[in-house]
Parts: sequence; C-alpha cells; structure tokens
Amino acid sequence: MTETLLQVNNLKTYLHLAGGVVKAVDGVSFNIEKGKTMGVVGESGSGKSMTASSIIRLLPPNTGKIESGNIIFDGRDVLSFTKKELLNFRGKDIAVIFQDPMSSLDPVFKVGDQMSEMICAHQNVSAEEARKIAVDSLRKVGIPNPENRMNSYPYELSGGMCQRVIIAMAICKNPKLVIADEPTTALDVTVQSQVLKLLKKMQKDLNTAILLITHNLGVVWEMCDTVMVMYAGKTIEYASAGELYSEPMHPYTWGLLDSMPKLSDYMKTKLTTIPGSPPDLRLTGKCCNFYNRCPYVQLICTKEVPQLMEIQKGHFVACHRQTFAERLERGGSNQ
Amino acid sequence: MSEKSILQIKNLSKNFKLRRSKLFEKPQELHALSNISIDIEEGETLGIIGESGCGKSTFGRCIVNLHRASYGEIIYNGTNIVNKKGSKLKELRKDIQMIFQDPYSSLDPRKTAGAAIEEPMKIHNISKGTDSINKVSSLMQEVGLDSQYIYRYPHEFSGGQRQRINIARALALNPKIMVCDEPVSALDVSVQAQVLNLLNELQRKHNLTLIFISHDLSVIKHVSDRIAIMYLGRIVELCRAEEVYNNPMHPYTQALLSAIPPESPFEKHQQIELKGEIPSPIGEQKGCSLSTRCPYVMDKCFAQTPELSEANEGHKVACFLY
Repeated sequence: MTETLLQVNNLKTYLHLAGGVVKAVDGVSFNIEKGKTMGVVGESGSGKSMTASSIIRLLPPNTGKIESGNIIFDGRDVLSFTKKELLNFRGKDIAVIFQDPMSSLDPVFKVGDQMSEMICAHQNVSAEEARKIAVDSLRKVGIPNPENRMNSYPYELSGGMCQRVIIAMAICKNPKLVIADEPTTALDVTVQSQVLKLLKKMQKDLNTAILLITHNLGVVWEMCDTVMVMYAGKTIEYASAGELYSEPMHPYTWGLLDSMPKLSDYMKTKLTTIPGSPPDLRLTGKCCNFYNRCPYVQLICTKEVPQLMEIQKGHFVACHRQTFAERLERGGSNQ
Repeated sequence: MSEKSILQIKNLSKNFKLRRSKLFEKPQELHALSNISIDIEEGETLGIIGESGCGKSTFGRCIVNLHRASYGEIIYNGTNIVNKKGSKLKELRKDIQMIFQDPYSSLDPRKTAGAAIEEPMKIHNISKGTDSINKVSSLMQEVGLDSQYIYRYPHEFSGGQRQRINIARALALNPKIMVCDEPVSALDVSVQAQVLNLLNELQRKHNLTLIFISHDLSVIKHVSDRIAIMYLGRIVELCRAEEVYNNPMHPYTQALLSAIPPESPFEKHQQIELKGEIPSPIGEQKGCSLSTRCPYVMDKCFAQTPELSEANEGHKVACFLY
C-alpha cells in the first residue's frame, strides 16, 4: 500500500476580475502517492496551471482566491498555513519547475548566486557551504564543469542547460513533491528527452512525487503513472496512464487522443478534430461544459453538471452518458 | 504530382556578421546556412526539421528574401531571385508568401481582420472597393472563418483563428509558394489538427508548393511529401517522408527519431542519445558538424565535411557512412 502525499478535494479557485468571476479551477480532485508521477493534460485555459498555483498558494494577489475545497499535503492542511509555514512549505516540501527556463532565472545574477541564495534561505548554512551544495546538485543534473558554470549568467546557457539549472535548484532541497509546469514545452525533442530522463532519475533517487502539467500526450505516456484530464476548470477524467490510453471514457478525451498527430499514421491523412472552442469560463457551472462540442450530447447535458464518478476501480469520469447503467461507445453514434 | 521543379536552390549560404568585441578586431561570422542545394518540385510539401538554432527559419526567410543570402542562388521561374530589389522584389512577393510562427505578434493589433487580409491586395493593386471586400469574405470562408468577423480586431480571436487570418492573408495574392515557419507550434493539439487539415486542403485546391518548417516530427509527417533534416546550417538528410521514418540513415536523424516520446504508455523505445550540446556556429566550421556528438565518428569526420549525396534512390544523406 502506497502512501498518499497530496490530496486535493473539490478545489475551486476563482479569479475576481473586472469583467466577472472567472472560474479558473472549478471542482478538481485528485491524489498523488509518494514517489509517483501524475500528469495533468488539457487545452490551454483549462486550469492546469491554476491548479498548480493553488497548491503552492501562489495565486495572483487580490484577484485570485481559493473559494472552497481542501488541499492536504502529508497530513497537513495547506490552506490553513501561516505565511511563515508557507515559506517553509514552498521550496522545502514542494519545488516548482516552470515552463520557460530562460525567464524563470534572474538575468542579472549569476546562476551560482541565485542557487546559493535559495539554499541559504531554507537552510542554516554559510554561503560557502551553500555554494558547495549548489555545485553538487549541478553535477547531479549532468552539467559539465559545474564550478565554472556557477559563474555564468543565464543568457550564457542554452534553454536545456537553464532547465537543468532549475531542476538542480528544485532538487537540492530533496522536496517531497515537484510540480513541473510544462517543463519541456520550450525545448527541442532531443533536449526534452534528456530533461525527462533527468526527472525520472531524480524521482528514483529521491522518491519524489511529480505533478507533471503538459499538453503533450507523448510526454504523459513516457512519464506518468496516473493522468488527470482537465476541461474548462474541471476534472473530467482521472485514471492510470495505461487505462486512459486503452480505455478512455470521456468524449473529450477521445477527441484529444484522436487529434494528436501520430508517427504511425499514414502520410497526409486527415486528422480528427474537436469542433468548436472551449467555453467562456465566466459562464460555466450550470451544465456540462463540453456539451456544445460533444457529439453525444443529450438534453440532460445542457441542464445538469455531471459529477465525477468512479466507474471502474481507479477510473473516474464526469459524463452524463458514461454511468454504471449506460456506456457510450467510442466512435459510436449519438442515440 | 508533377516532376517540374519550381524553385532551385544552389549552394545557398547565409552568414551573419557579429558585432566586434574589440575595436580593430576582424568581425566574427555566424554560419547560419552553409551550402544548401535543393530542388523544390511544384505542388509538393517540403518539410524542414531540425533543432532550434539549426538555421531552418533562416532558410525560410532567405527564400522569401527577408534575409539576403550571402552566397548561392535561388532560381525561380528561370531567374535568380537573391539580388532582386524594389519593384522586381515586390512582384516576386506576390508568388512567394510566408506564414509566421507566432499568431499573436504577426497581426497588427490595430487592424481589423478584414483590413489585415485586404492589405496585401491593396499593396499589389489587385482589387479595390466592394470587390476587395467580397474577396476578403470569400477568403475568410475558405480558411474556415465566419465572414461576419471581418470587422473584429485580432485580440478578439483565439490563437487558431488568428493563424487562419494569417493563412488567409498569405492566400490573398494567390501565391505559388508558401513558406510556413512553425505555423502550429504555438497552438493546442486540437487546434493544431484543424490548422494542419486546412493547410493540406488548401494545398490540394490551389496546387500550392509548401515549405513547412517545424521541429515536431509527427506534425511534419502529416503534411510533407519530402523531408529535409537540418543540423547546424546544413541539410544532413533529404528523402521522401516515409523513408525518414522507415529507414533513417544519418546518425542525427536516428537520434532525433528516437527522442520522440512514445505513442502509448505500453511502448518502450530504445533511445540513442547524442552526447553534449550543439557546437557553436560562430567562426570557421571544419569537418562534419555532428563529429563531436556522433556515436559512429571516424577520423575522416573531423577533417572533411561530407556532401549531400544519393545513398539510395531519392534518398540523399550527408554522411561518410554511406
């Protein structure tokens, strides 16, 4: 039996903007077990990154607010943390790797200084010791000549190298959970595979859990144990990676899987697409958010919000047409 | 597909002079493209793939004459277009159009969608008044945009819709050749599929020649007839699209293919890893550009640069192994 590290229950994060309340995260639930990887996939604007920001409570000031739900990390309630506890929690327990490696480092400070500053902030060590720890973790992530690299500015490093530095910063505290928010989107395929390999190795060495946010399903298949599919701020499907691939249940997941260009396809074939575009997040919450794009829509879909239900063991779906009594067939007709 | 070549590129090179760090120092050169020769056939899609910094965008821009090539020739309709200027260049732009990567920054935020699509027609004096409005709305319908959006501003559109506006704008002049520089890399998967389908459809309808630049191997497979793989300013492999996937010959292509994430969670693939980083394109280039990272490296590779030569029928490789 594995231990649950992070538990998120029915999380709702709204943004209070001048134009109305945007329901960026509107009912997200999942668990991450120790040493496992969970992937979050979905279109842009589906609330993937907002979910991550809510977990570390780094929401936009004034506008972003967690409305309800709870986040339990290692038995502690994250939402009740004081400022001081939060500082300890971020960085020590949770580390975050952001999408754009070039802009997550400060361009006017040397890489080494940035790293040792971070280490000093969390650990009671002298500057010299902090530098040693930094050099060590740079070596761990496979940067050649870490002593020299400590004196480089971020612009002197390539995108892949910068991402390695960020990963090095993330792991030098031995965090229990790493949130990787599209860590490889800005990188080339060859560099991407190096970075993913590095993350896997880190996970194996430190028994870290990873929350991997991405829109690349290939990355999900390579990395993740469980996958959560998000659409318009909601969890619509949650299952193990193998199950999601072989037996996806939500019509949106089908569309997402089908619209991926695959290498095994014949040349110049027509790709399947999902018609329409995602809904305005200010207006959601009264019906199934996917009803206007769903080929299997029925009257109930326009009237009630589908609840996330465990249809098979470990496989959660939020769809009116996928229940215990009724099953939809992928590619079948709407009856 | 006809066998007639529409664009012949001979020994195309592009060097950028870098700023001197000392006053009387000889300025260093960055070799963005070196000795590229390729014939592009009419009506085909040529996919160009490579890592960032390999010169694929520079190549696209050289064809549209946004960068002036340092050496070499680009022959279109029997004339060399490299040194065209003024009205002759304007004439040429009608036939060769480009779609850029970022749909957000490639549209003027203060021009409506209709005005953006109309602009090239105005510049080239193709149509005026109501005629041009009709043409704009038919173009918008062609790329899958509702023509009632004609007076909307770019910020009111989503990324995929903006890329459609860009495509409509490029189509406005009835070009023969369209250079697409990573047109879908900023888009979501589901939108990406829509835009790729649209491009394929338009190509069939207008008999366009597409030069499709991308770093995503699975995307490029969906659009290309032939694929050129670039590494550090050179084409290292050029062949029909299915050949790249079935029979990759160049060590770099093999490594690139093995780096693609798997298609299912059950697939385990063997990965060929290239050690180290891409060498710098600044300064004198000697030997094969992959020699520092190649697993099959020989002494010869450090001294000579391999030429792109035919290894199998229609399959060109620049490597001493073949």
